[in-house]
Amino acid sequence: MTAREEILAHVRAALADVDAIPGPVVSPAGAGADDPRDVVLERFAERVADYRAEVVRCASDEVAAAVAAAVPGGARVVVPDGLAAELVAGLAPEQLVADDGLTAHQLDAIDAVVTACRVGIAETGTIVLDHQADQGRRALTLVPDRHVCVVRADQVVADVPDAVALLDPARPLTWISGPSATSDIELSRVEGVHGPRTLVMVLVESEGGR
Amino acid sequence: MSGTFVGMPKFPGAAREALADTQLRYNLAHATGTIRGKRAAVVGEVENWEEVRLAGAAVKERALLELDQRLMQLEGALTARGATVHWARDAAEANAIVTGIAQAHAVDEVVKVKSMVTQEIGLNEALEAEGIAAWETDLAELIVQLGGDLPSHILVPAIHRNRAEVREIFLREMAKVGRPAPAGLTDEPAVLAGAAREHLREKFLRAKVAVSGANFAIADSGTLVVVESEGNGRMCLTLPEVLVSVVGIEKVVSTWDEVDPLLRLLPRSSTGERMNPYTSTWTGVTPGDGPQEVHVVLLDNGRTRALADEVGRQALRCIRCSACLNVCPVYERTGGHAYGSVYPGPIGAILNPLLKGTGVDEQVDSLPYASSLCGACFEACPVRIDIPEVLVHLRSKVVDGHRDDRIPKPEAVAFKAAGWAFGSAERLAAGERVSGLAGKVLGRRGGRKAQVLGRLPGPGGAWTDARDLPVPPTESFREWWERTDGGREEDDDDRT
Repeated sequence: MTAREEILAHVRAALADVDAIPGPVVSPAGAGADDPRDVVLERFAERVADYRAEVVRCASDEVAAAVAAAVPGGARVVVPDGLAAELVAGLAPEQLVADDGLTAHQLDAIDAVVTACRVGIAETGTIVLDHQADQGRRALTLVPDRHVCVVRADQVVADVPDAVALLDPARPLTWISGPSATSDIELSRVEGVHGPRTLVMVLVESEGGR
Repeated sequence: MSGTFVGMPKFPGAAREALADTQLRYNLAHATGTIRGKRAAVVGEVENWEEVRLAGAAVKERALLELDQRLMQLEGALTARGATVHWARDAAEANAIVTGIAQAHAVDEVVKVKSMVTQEIGLNEALEAEGIAAWETDLAELIVQLGGDLPSHILVPAIHRNRAEVREIFLREMAKVGRPAPAGLTDEPAVLAGAAREHLREKFLRAKVAVSGANFAIADSGTLVVVESEGNGRMCLTLPEVLVSVVGIEKVVSTWDEVDPLLRLLPRSSTGERMNPYTSTWTGVTPGDGPQEVHVVLLDNGRTRALADEVGRQALRCIRCSACLNVCPVYERTGGHAYGSVYPGPIGAILNPLLKGTGVDEQVDSLPYASSLCGACFEACPVRIDIPEVLVHLRSKVVDGHRDDRIPKPEAVAFKAAGWAFGSAERLAAGERVSGLAGKVLGRRGGRKAQVLGRLPGPGGAWTDARDLPVPPTESFREWWERTDGGREEDDDDRT
C-alpha cells in the first residue's frame, strides 16, 4: 500500500464511529458591522497607528503629495507596473524604479516601495494585499525597508469576515498589521525585523478632503 | 543542534529539576503573566467571543470528521494549481521526502519558517545528517538553534533565555555559521533583533529552498496559510525558488470562508494581538510570483491514532496558540522542557500520548498526570478542547496499559489490597482494629498528640513526599457504633 492509501485507510478506520457530519459553519457576525462609515474609518486609522505604522489621511487630490512626503528625499522607489501614475506623481522620475524582474539582491538595494492594496480591516488595523498589478509580486513589498501603502476609504471593511468574503484565495495574499515585529527577547516588543521596518499607510478619503 | 528530547526523564523528575532553577521560574512567571494580561484585554474586546470560539471549534471538528474526503479535496486543489503533494506515514518518511527535494536541487542549506511539525519530526537533524544546514529564521528559534538547546514555549521558544544570554550566544555563535554579530552589540532587544536581521538577510537572499509548516490548509481552494510576526515567514515563502511545506493532516479547514473564525481566534489567543503582523496565504504556484516549485508533504505521524480515540480526537482541533500554556499553574512553574516534547503544557500532556500511544513509554505515560485538573486550559482554549476531560481519559488508558505488568505499580498493589479488605466485613473490622492501634501509637509520638504523619517509609514515601497523611483515628466508626449504640449513649469524656 502507498503511504497515501494507508493514511486514508487509517483515517477511515479512525472515523468508523462517525455517522453524522455537521454542515458548513456560518461565521459569527464581525465587530462594527452596523457602525457608520466615518466611525469605521476612524477605527481603521487608529488601529493601524496602534501597531506603530505611520498613518496619513488625505483627500484624493492630495495623494501624490502625501506619498512623496512619505519617502525620504532622493530615495529610490520601486513601483508596481499597474500602480496609477498619479499616486507617484510627486516623486522625481529618476527616483522611480520599474519592476522588470528585479532579483532579491537588487530589491535589497532599493529604499522603498509604493503600492495600492485590496482591502483594509478596521477592527484589526490590517491591510490586505492580493498582489494584483497595482501592488506587484510579493517580493516588492517585502525586501525594501519602507512600504508606502495607499488605501482608498471605500476599500475599508469593518472586520475579518467582511474581508474574507471579498478576497479570492486563488491569489497569493499578504495580510499586514503594522510593521514586522518580534517579542522574542524578554517579551519586549521590537518593531522591524525582516519585513519593511517602516510602514506608511496613506488613507485616501472622499473628493475635496474630509 | 545538540539538544534532543530522546531519553527525557518522566515529568516528575524533569519538573523537580526545572523547579530548582529560580531564573527559569522568574522568566516563566513574567512571560506567562504578561501574555495572559494581553490576551485577556483583546479577548475582552470581542463581544461575541464565545460565539466565535464555538464557530472555530465547529470548523475544525467538521474537517476532522470527514478528513479523508477533505484530504483528497486538498490534494486535488493543490495539484490543479501546480503543487506536488506527498504523503508521509511517519517522521522518517517526511524527512526523506524533504531531504530528497533538497538533494534534487543540490543545495547544502535550506531556510526554515518556525514550524512545530518540523520540530516534531526532527527535520533539522535529518537534513544535517545529509550535510544540509537548516537555518531557523524565527528570532527565538535562531536563539535556540545557535545556543544549541531546546525550545521551551510554543510561542516564545527562547523564553528561558534573558537578553544578556542572547547577546552572548550571538557574539559567540553567529560568526561560525554566517555573518558575525556586530562588534558593538549591546543587549538591547532592538539591537539584538537588528543583528538577527543582518545575519539572516544574507541567507534569505541567497536561499534556493525553503521549508515551512502551515497553520491552516484549506481543502476547497488548496490554500496554505502561515501566520507570523517577524517577516521571516514571508521571506521564506516568497524569495526561494523551491518551497516545501510539511503539513500535519489535522491542519485541514474545509472551505476558505471557514478560515475566518480561526483568523479571529488565533492572534488574540496567541500573542494577545488583534491581528499578528503578517499572514501569508498561497495556493500552489503563482506564475511570476514566489516559488515556482511548490511541494506539500501531508504527514500522519500518529494523527490517525489520535483521530481513532473518540474522546481524544478533539485535541487535533488545536491551532497551536499556546493560550493553555500561559494559564496553566503547572506549566508556569516547570516550563516547557519538563514535558520532554515539542508540544509542552496542557495540550502537550494530551497530544503526546494521543500521537504516540499509551503504555509504551514511561515518559509519555507520565504526561497526563502533569496537571491539577483545574480547568483553566479549557477556559482559555480558542477551539474549546476539553483538556481536563482528555487528561482523565488518558490517565485511565495509562492505568489500563499496565494491568498486565509483571511487577505491578504500588498504587495497583494498594488498591488490590484495599479491594480485598473492603470485600468482607470481618477483614475490614480486623483492618480497622490494626489501624486504630496504629493511631494510638503514632498519635502519641513525641509526647504530644500529633495530627498528621510525617514522611512514611517505603513505597508510602512517594505519597507522603508532598502530602500530609492524617493520623488514623483510634476508634473506627463501627467500634463507635457498637460502643454508643449509634450515638444514643454518647459520652464525650470517653472519646480519645
